Amino acid sequence: MDAIIFLIFAAAAVIFGINVVLRTHPVSSALALIGVMASLAVIYLLLGAPFLAAVQVLVYAGAIMVLFLFVIMLLNAGSEKKSRGAWMARLAGVPLLVALLTILSFVIFRMYPRSVGVKFGSFAAGTVERVGSALFTTYLLPFEITSLLVLIAILGAVVLGYKELD
Amino acid sequence: MEQQLWIIPALPLAGFLVNGLLGRRLPKAAVTAVAITSVALSFLWVLKTVTGLMPLDAAYVERYFDWIRVGSLRIGCDLMMDRLTAVMVLVVTGVGLLIHIYAAGYMAHDTGYARFFAYLNLFMFFMLTLVLAANYLLMFVGWEGVGLCSYLLIGFWFLRKSATNAGNKAFIVNRVGDFGFSLAIFLLVINFNTLDFGEVFAKLSGWPVENTVGTLTLVGLLLLLGATGKSAQVPLYVWLPDAMEGPTPVSALIHAATMVTAGVYMVARTAPLYLKAPMALEMVALIGLVTAFFAATIGLVQNDIKKVFAYSTVSQLGYMFLGVGTGAFAAGIFHLVTHAFFKALLFLGAGSVIHALSGEQDLRIMGGLRKKTPWTFWTLACASVSIAGVPFTAGFFSKDEILVAAYHHAPWMYWVGTLAAGMTAFYVFRAFFLAFFGEYRGEGHPHESPAVMTLPLAALALLSLAGGFIPVPGWLEPLFGAPSAHHNPVLVAVSVSFGLAGIFLAWLFYVARPELPGALATRFSGIYRTVLNKYYVDEIYNAAIVKPVVEGSRSLLWKGIDVELIDASVNGIAARARGVGDMLRRMQSGYIRNYAAWVLLGAVVLMLAIGGTR
Amino acid sequence: MPQTIPLSWYLVLSAVLFALGAAGFVFRRNIITMFMSIELMLNAVNLTFIAFAYHLRQVDGQVFAFFVMVVAAAEAAVGLAIILTVFKNRATLQVDEIASMKN
Repeated sequence: MDAIIFLIFAAAAVIFGINVVLRTHPVSSALALIGVMASLAVIYLLLGAPFLAAVQVLVYAGAIMVLFLFVIMLLNAGSEKKSRGAWMARLAGVPLLVALLTILSFVIFRMYPRSVGVKFGSFAAGTVERVGSALFTTYLLPFEITSLLVLIAILGAVVLGYKELD
Repeated sequence: MEQQLWIIPALPLAGFLVNGLLGRRLPKAAVTAVAITSVALSFLWVLKTVTGLMPLDAAYVERYFDWIRVGSLRIGCDLMMDRLTAVMVLVVTGVGLLIHIYAAGYMAHDTGYARFFAYLNLFMFFMLTLVLAANYLLMFVGWEGVGLCSYLLIGFWFLRKSATNAGNKAFIVNRVGDFGFSLAIFLLVINFNTLDFGEVFAKLSGWPVENTVGTLTLVGLLLLLGATGKSAQVPLYVWLPDAMEGPTPVSALIHAATMVTAGVYMVARTAPLYLKAPMALEMVALIGLVTAFFAATIGLVQNDIKKVFAYSTVSQLGYMFLGVGTGAFAAGIFHLVTHAFFKALLFLGAGSVIHALSGEQDLRIMGGLRKKTPWTFWTLACASVSIAGVPFTAGFFSKDEILVAAYHHAPWMYWVGTLAAGMTAFYVFRAFFLAFFGEYRGEGHPHESPAVMTLPLAALALLSLAGGFIPVPGWLEPLFGAPSAHHNPVLVAVSVSFGLAGIFLAWLFYVARPELPGALATRFSGIYRTVLNKYYVDEIYNAAIVKPVVEGSRSLLWKGIDVELIDASVNGIAARARGVGDMLRRMQSGYIRNYAAWVLLGAVVLMLAIGGTR
Repeated sequence: MPQTIPLSWYLVLSAVLFALGAAGFVFRRNIITMFMSIELMLNAVNLTFIAFAYHLRQVDGQVFAFFVMVVAAAEAAVGLAIILTVFKNRATLQVDEIASMKN
């Protein structure tokens, strides 16, 4: 059962991911990205991280991607046009990416040849309580710092955006 | 450490520091007081020390600290006092004091008053260091230091191009001599592993007398090279006449009484070595004799009063070298002492004359000062008779000791020296008569100098006349171990008669028959002009040495090597860096995606590296 | 078909998504799309974290993923603000035309 769920949603994630890359219109890409995130949320569930799955959907897909869509609409970005610059990137990109993938896979399979399978529910520590307590005890300092970071980001965004209004 | 010898040079040094650092802000009276008191106190301390150390049979050394310690070589900062040093410091501080007092009057209207006295005090410090030093290196420090002060003081009126040129010339020509001195020091270190006078001379006793050119002769010759530079002998004398650009007190103190005698002092100090290297000693005597004669001939026809005395100094220094070179070290030093008296007086008197005439230095535009400046007249008269060797003056005693020693060494030297003595009398009295007799040929209003200037003149005049009775040579002789020259009345009479003949000829030419010099000059115009132009030695040096060096430096060293090689390589490196930077900046395509590709590349490489290690 | 999927497959999935994100970044010209590719990469990394949290039976990996999300949110906010400003100045979203740092 887990296997099937994984396979379906993994495939969905990959297909959506390819869509993100290949679609010309930014809105299409954004929607595909939302799809990726949703699929990933299910996979997180499989991996025993219910809290994170919820957060993923709520925050990532729900807030960040909406923000993206807002900006896309605001800028009225159209489909992409062809361009002639940065040919080197495209030239070198393909082999590099292939290399990246192969190396990563190689390493992964080297490290975990026939590892334990993932069974839904075998890892019960991903609950809200456990994550929360870890956040507020062991990782209190990073927590506070990231909250500061968010504050700064808000300030930065406001400042950058403020100029626009003039 | 009881005598505290270091105080002697330290006092003028303190004067230098005060006047040098604060002089501009102090009132002139304070500057004068500081300068003169420092030298006066130094003189008094010298007296105290010398009397305290009497009878000074052995050298008294004070060791202060180790300056250089390398392996077994130890060079200390040591001062010493023996009879030779005592004579020297007495002359330096005594005559120096008189000249300081005089200078207070002479330089009274100069804007650089404080600077002048600061330099003068600094000079005293270095000179005293030179004379009190107990080893060659410390002496060399003083040697260089007086050279520096000479440069500073010659070029004192630095806004005059001729003055700065003269300062440069003095320093550079001295450098050639210093080169010889340095090489001699190196040889001494190699052969004796010490530079301390006592130790070197003690070790010398084991060396045989050299009859060929050996190490000792080499050292002696190199030291002689240094001495010719500092004491203005042939061939390095050319800076001294030009040094007359400096103020007259400077000419008196540095270029007559003290600095230029450093070479003679050095040879006398090194007597034990020279006695073992007779060839070098012979060279000393020869150079001295040639210089004495040669310079005297030039002095015969010079028209600037200071130039006459400058060539006279060169000539008299030649006599001193002749004295020490023939083994009569005591006689040479004796002449050094008497020369300090009458030459300083001559220069200071000349300064008084120049002061009286508001700056005029040309003898042809003087005259009749006998009545206008009586003090100057009488004191200069004392100096002139002394230098001419009139019997029983100081100059008579010292010069004749030298000439007698010369005769016993080689009779022909005696004759040349006596001829030069006659010329000395002639040119000194020529200047004297031209300045003081006859009618005043100038335009100014001659007036006598103030007491602050005439009193030192009087003191020096007294010394010039009576100084011969100070038993200097007798006192110094035990130090040198050389037998005193036999007194030969015939020789004395002959040289005196030459001197008197010189005086008579001068009187004839410039008082009785003033038209004679002009007539002779036109008759022998070629010779006259050559001598007047100092035998064109300066021009020869310029063409043969100076020009090639300067041109060679400019074309080869400057343009060839410095500009094209060194600058080019440095600039080339810079250009190379710029070129590489140029290439590298193409990488900044401005396209984010290119940058991303690079990041990716980096990541892949990193992964390969890390993965490979597993 | 095995009952459970080995962990390594999860990691491979993450690698694939990451590579896709990188590809998107390198090959797309629209700046917003590039930004979204970055988000895709971040998601892939999150998956890796959570997978390892499962593997090591520790909750720390999930905490880390949490932080990544927070940071991604902050970054998205600021980044989009920047893009807006750039668009105001350049009137174009084609990243190739925003090349004033050239040479």
